[in-house]
Amino acid sequence: MTAADLARPEGGQPLLRICNVTKKFQDYVALDDVSLSVSKGEVVCLIGGSGSGKTTLLRCINQLHDINDGTIWLEDELVGYRQDGLKLYPLTEKETIRQRLKSGMVFQRFNLFPHMTALQNITEGPVQVLKTPRQVAEATAMKLLERVGLATKASSYPSQLSGGQQQRVAIARALAMNPKIMLFDEPTSALDPELVGEVLAVMRELAHSGMTMVVVTHELGFAREVADRVVFMDRGVIVEEGPASEVLVSPREARTQAFISAVIG
Amino acid sequence: MSSPRRVSDNAVPAMPGPLKISDYHVVARPRLGRWISGALIIAILAMIGYAFATGKIEWEYFWQFMTVPTILAGVANTVLLAVLAMIIGVVLGTVFAIMRGSDNPIMRSVAFGYIWLFRGTPVLLQLMLWYNLALVFPTVGIPGVWSMRMIDLMSPFWAALLGLGLNQGAYTAEVIRAGLLSVDTGQYEAAKTIGMTRLKALRRIVLPQAMRVVIPPLGNEFILLVKTTSLASVIQFSEVMYNAGTIYYSNARVVELLFVAGAWYLILVSFLTLFQIPLERHFAKGSLSR
Ligand SMILES: Nc1ncnc2c1ncn2[C@@H]1O[C@H](COP(=O)(O)OP(=O)(O)OP(=O)(O)O)[C@@H](O)[C@H]1O
Ligand SMILES: [Mg+2]
Repeated sequence: MTAADLARPEGGQPLLRICNVTKKFQDYVALDDVSLSVSKGEVVCLIGGSGSGKTTLLRCINQLHDINDGTIWLEDELVGYRQDGLKLYPLTEKETIRQRLKSGMVFQRFNLFPHMTALQNITEGPVQVLKTPRQVAEATAMKLLERVGLATKASSYPSQLSGGQQQRVAIARALAMNPKIMLFDEPTSALDPELVGEVLAVMRELAHSGMTMVVVTHELGFAREVADRVVFMDRGVIVEEGPASEVLVSPREARTQAFISAVIG
Repeated sequence: MSSPRRVSDNAVPAMPGPLKISDYHVVARPRLGRWISGALIIAILAMIGYAFATGKIEWEYFWQFMTVPTILAGVANTVLLAVLAMIIGVVLGTVFAIMRGSDNPIMRSVAFGYIWLFRGTPVLLQLMLWYNLALVFPTVGIPGVWSMRMIDLMSPFWAALLGLGLNQGAYTAEVIRAGLLSVDTGQYEAAKTIGMTRLKALRRIVLPQAMRVVIPPLGNEFILLVKTTSLASVIQFSEVMYNAGTIYYSNARVVELLFVAGAWYLILVSFLTLFQIPLERHFAKGSLSR
């Protein structure tokens, strides 16, 4: 492989390109030679059993984990390193942050800041990190709250909101940083069944607005409806990927079939 | 024969009385134990009170010396020393608690060493060492530029402040570290994903949440510190114990003056306890009870 090969992933211009990524925790291989690319505007749903490495993959993309081998490219930029020929220099904290801001992350357990109101949760990043003037940040935050249907909850603290409302604030908080791609890690699996719909509705609207999304989910109905592509993972490997209509309806691999019939029940 | 069974009549036998507690008169259980123990405690307190009232204590001296200038100056010095040492303690404690959680092994070891050294030796010994620093380093300064005799620099006040502040920092570091550990790791991660540096995440997200957990034990530490300032009397710092001493050396009213000092400590500590409540309320912002 030459330096030129390393510099440009071959093919078109995907927004996110994961190339042969391996991630180990001590001796345990959580991601084993995983490759995946996501084009601009595409919605990819990641499905798979517990411990299959879905969360680990998302966390590698926005550098909450370092990877052991392979490369990740976001907008044709190597994630985590500055490249000079065949030499790689780990990024400084400042450069890492600039890169990390290309992706927005939504967690299973929301992780809102409990000592701040919904509005403050959303303006915190723009004001503290992007140095947006407070008034501008608040105006944007109000628009985002409207977009997720929570305009009346601006001054509520997270403890005063339902799980579904908290998750919608968390989505607005991530959107406030203007990410190129949104990463969702089981955004509805900590919610009571009757609250799942309101969060999925916000995500559906986001997908239709053209946002690039990688969504880890067990909501196969949502995946079938919204995903351009479904990726099935098992034990750190991508077993099968393709259009939702194929992977979810007539999977090729036995492991995929077993998983889908187990989830549908 | 075939009429529907009336469940309520058939299944439930007639009740022996009304069905609501409010229709009854509840007779309180006799609380004999409480009466006996209460009477006993009152008797003991009365005996202690009588002993002190008839003992060799001149109460008019107590009231007279509560407000003499020497005692008031001592109280002021006690407060000054306690407040400044606590500020040093909180600042150092926060810095060293953060250093202990750092991923830089040098930072971690420095913090560990500091806590180990200052928690591991008696504070009285530390005070005396600072006060006698001139025996080790007769002069301080930058050679050729500026220098000063240590004995002039290390006055009782500075020795006491340095000794108590550094010692307090070591204890406070552990209290604050416990607070930092109490904050969910998801909070650091959420802060990271919106682009915060480690330090900004600590300052804006993690420390404010840690404060809720940290204030009650810090209040405890401060109360302890107010009383520990009395050790500074050993190195001639004129706090309230030392000043009480200078008075009783001349008038021999030892117990009365110890009572005066004790009363002032009680007043200071009570005041601090009151001060803690609004502080806790401030940092409880957003927690469930609102
Ligand atoms: N920080 C860590 N240290 C050690 N092992 C880890 C760590 N994080 C994850 N793992 C392991 O890596 C494997 C993959 O975990 P991961 O969280 O990515 O699974 P997942 O697909 O998200 O599962 P789930 O559906 O339960 O969330 C698991 O076996 C897990 O035990
Ligand atoms: Mg997971």
